[in-house]
Amino acid sequence: MHTGTADDRMALKAERIRKRFGNGDAAKEVLGGLSVSVGKGEFVSIVGPSGSGKTTLFKIIGGLEPPTEGEVWIGGKKTTGERGHISYVPQQSALLPWRTVAGNIELSLTISGLDRRTAKRETKEWLARIGLGEYADAYPHVLSGGMTQRVSFLRALLAPQPLMLLDEPFGALDALTRLQMQQWLTSIWEESRRSVLLVTHSIEEALYLSDRVIVLSASPAAVLEEFAVPFPRPRREALWTEPAFNAMKQRIYELLRQP
Amino acid sequence: MGNKRNLWAKIWPPAVTLAALLALWQAAVTWGGIDPWLLPAPVSIVQEAIAVWPRLMDHTGATVRLMLIGFAGGSAAGFGLAALLHLIPWLRNVAYPLLVLSQNVPIVAIAPILTMLLGWGLLPKAILVGMVCFFPITIAMLSGLENPDPQLRDYFRMIGTGKWQLFWRLELPHAIVHLFSGLKIAASYSVLSAVVAEWLGTNKGLGAFMLISSKGFQPDRVYAAVIIIVTLSLLLFGLVALAERLLIRWRPGSGELTK
Repeated sequence: MHTGTADDRMALKAERIRKRFGNGDAAKEVLGGLSVSVGKGEFVSIVGPSGSGKTTLFKIIGGLEPPTEGEVWIGGKKTTGERGHISYVPQQSALLPWRTVAGNIELSLTISGLDRRTAKRETKEWLARIGLGEYADAYPHVLSGGMTQRVSFLRALLAPQPLMLLDEPFGALDALTRLQMQQWLTSIWEESRRSVLLVTHSIEEALYLSDRVIVLSASPAAVLEEFAVPFPRPRREALWTEPAFNAMKQRIYELLRQP
Repeated sequence: MGNKRNLWAKIWPPAVTLAALLALWQAAVTWGGIDPWLLPAPVSIVQEAIAVWPRLMDHTGATVRLMLIGFAGGSAAGFGLAALLHLIPWLRNVAYPLLVLSQNVPIVAIAPILTMLLGWGLLPKAILVGMVCFFPITIAMLSGLENPDPQLRDYFRMIGTGKWQLFWRLELPHAIVHLFSGLKIAASYSVLSAVVAEWLGTNKGLGAFMLISSKGFQPDRVYAAVIIIVTLSLLLFGLVALAERLLIRWRPGSGELTK
């Protein structure tokens, strides 16, 4: 078999993914054969109305659910239905309450395939770097919501898997913290340039963070349109007030509003 | 300091109530004309206990031994059984109804059967205590193993955690909290069932001592045995609670700074 060079440059290709739940008359199609791709080092966001099957799509990419039809390719390999090919930042931080902050990160890293010593060293170094060094030995319940999500993001960033899935990582935060987290995330991401697929409800968040925005329709989800985000990096806070930014935001909003 | 004052505030109301009840009891027997063979006064119970102290301690020793062996054996069996039923789902479907059934056979009915099968030694009684103890532990453990936070479970499966690692890293630690509520119930049951086991066939232990004393019209000795049984039960419960506090240090609360 021949795999093209175009495939090798893709961190993720999810092709014609269809997902039906149930059988016969009760069957409900959630994903209507949609294709999504993420290039190496690209930051891609998916926005769509609630209930458009974004979480289901993530479960299929992550291998938790098999698609009814379609294929998932990660890093040029077919991984449909296989787990362990991605690193993941869930909606709620999903830190084990009985492990320290450092312990949580180290555990995930060793599960992802790093050896224990490297995991320990990287964890210590990076916790200090993101200003949470003094919390390394604390239990997660002492952290604030924003700090928890930083730890959760760091845990995914340090994993060796090249593709990161972010499932509404800031959805549970208050508006101000959310804003700070978005700025923090761009600054970290612009240094590391990992391949990221982000699911979000917020159009601003998608535009501010991404290279490309994919707009989904309501159930069964299909790709309505894709936008390349033209704003230069590093992205600045001031972007929010630029007319071009707001024009794009308006267009996506109109698109989502369609029945 | 504040903690000590708090503790004192918690202790004194029940302590005063208890003292008042004891005084009332003493007064009722001394001046109220209640026959001492019907209800001995607290003071005479204590006097009698001191008089037969060495014998009482002998019997207490036998009961403690039986209770600890049964409790330890039952807990270990309950723990192992829960892990087994959790890891082998079909076995769970087969065995769970039988487990529930086993608890509906009254122990006074099981005791003679065990004696018939295994004689009059320590073994059948220890088995009886163990049979009473394992059930709350198995049930508590099983529910703990089955329902860790679904977010956590999804996260760990997403990053490729295998079944065994999921068990060791997530399900088992999560079940430990539940295990302790099972252990506390089992601790109280173990003293109770040890005494019942001794009623049914031995001449050693507090159960036997109570039976002999009540047949010999020595109610003060029966009451002395009851006080020791209650003390034992509280002690074992306290030990389990202490072990819980030492083992589960990560839990929020208890004066620690949160958020």
